[in-house]
Amino acid sequence: MGLEQKLGDMGIVTTSLEKVVGWARSRSLWPMLFGLACCAIEMMSTQASRYDLSRFGMELMRASPRQSDLMIVAGRVSRKMAPVLRNLYDQMPDPKWVIAMGDCASCGGVFNNYAIVQGVDEIVPVDVYVAGCPPRPETLIEGIMKLHEKIRHEPLNKWQ
Amino acid sequence: MNEQTDLAQTLRTALAGVVQEVVVFRGEVTLVVPRERVIEALTHLRDVQRFEMLTDETCVDYYPREPRFGILYQLYSLSRNLRVRVKVMLSEHDPIMPTACGVYRNANWAEREIYDLFGIHFDGHPDLRRILLPADYQGHPLRRDVPVKVEENAFTFNRARIDAQKPYAAE
Repeated sequence: MGLEQKLGDMGIVTTSLEKVVGWARSRSLWPMLFGLACCAIEMMSTQASRYDLSRFGMELMRASPRQSDLMIVAGRVSRKMAPVLRNLYDQMPDPKWVIAMGDCASCGGVFNNYAIVQGVDEIVPVDVYVAGCPPRPETLIEGIMKLHEKIRHEPLNKWQ
Repeated sequence: MNEQTDLAQTLRTALAGVVQEVVVFRGEVTLVVPRERVIEALTHLRDVQRFEMLTDETCVDYYPREPRFGILYQLYSLSRNLRVRVKVMLSEHDPIMPTACGVYRNANWAEREIYDLFGIHFDGHPDLRRILLPADYQGHPLRRDVPVKVEENAFTFNRARIDAQKPYAAE
């Protein structure tokens, strides 16, 4: 028997705690206000009126890592920036997730040289890689929705 | 154009014995100076010829030619609206320059950048340490014998091998 048949004459829905927590977490991600390069422009436009990230409960970009649970690495990370990035990640409270936005953050992109980290997965564990140079807002939203899906299916005991 | 050729002529006589060669190319004057006399030449250019401003100090790597490095001082005279370039050739085996910080104070950071990226040592520099790269960086990446690429390009046939060598961050 599905939920639909019960609607109207019931006050109780049974589900697992894991599902409720995953659902709640995925619907109110607070991303960190952290742009590194041209990808940040696309990230800004993702939040702005046309693409409106607040549809996903993400309108609040926090300027402090202590209040955010999603790091969108938007742009190339230089070797000198790498310790800063790791520091910010370490300051974020659990549970936390990372999106590598764009080719540079994912694999170094066109910057195959001494100054740029060849993928931020060398510094922080990445959950979703978003391709593109820079990725359009639609692409970033697709990546965010993939992350939502991932969060919804995460076991509760992952963050201990 | 004429002002520049006049300048070349003036400098040739004023700095005779100091300058090895005066090159004029498309109106740009370049003075080639030996390393031992460069401070003397810069001081003269600043005080007598009134080139008050050091626009830039850079380095060129002519690898595998010898002498390998060329240190370039781009000078500008605000009062005369003239430009001149001073060039010093350096050997690969002895990449040490006297510092120009005493003549032009903004040479400080320019020389730190040259030290950082080319590994040229500046004698008498007040604060010679890396400026752009992280302090623990090994090597001097703008030298020509340093490979441009740091990582092999990944394709379908070599992806797994490259991936196996990559460091991945833990939680």
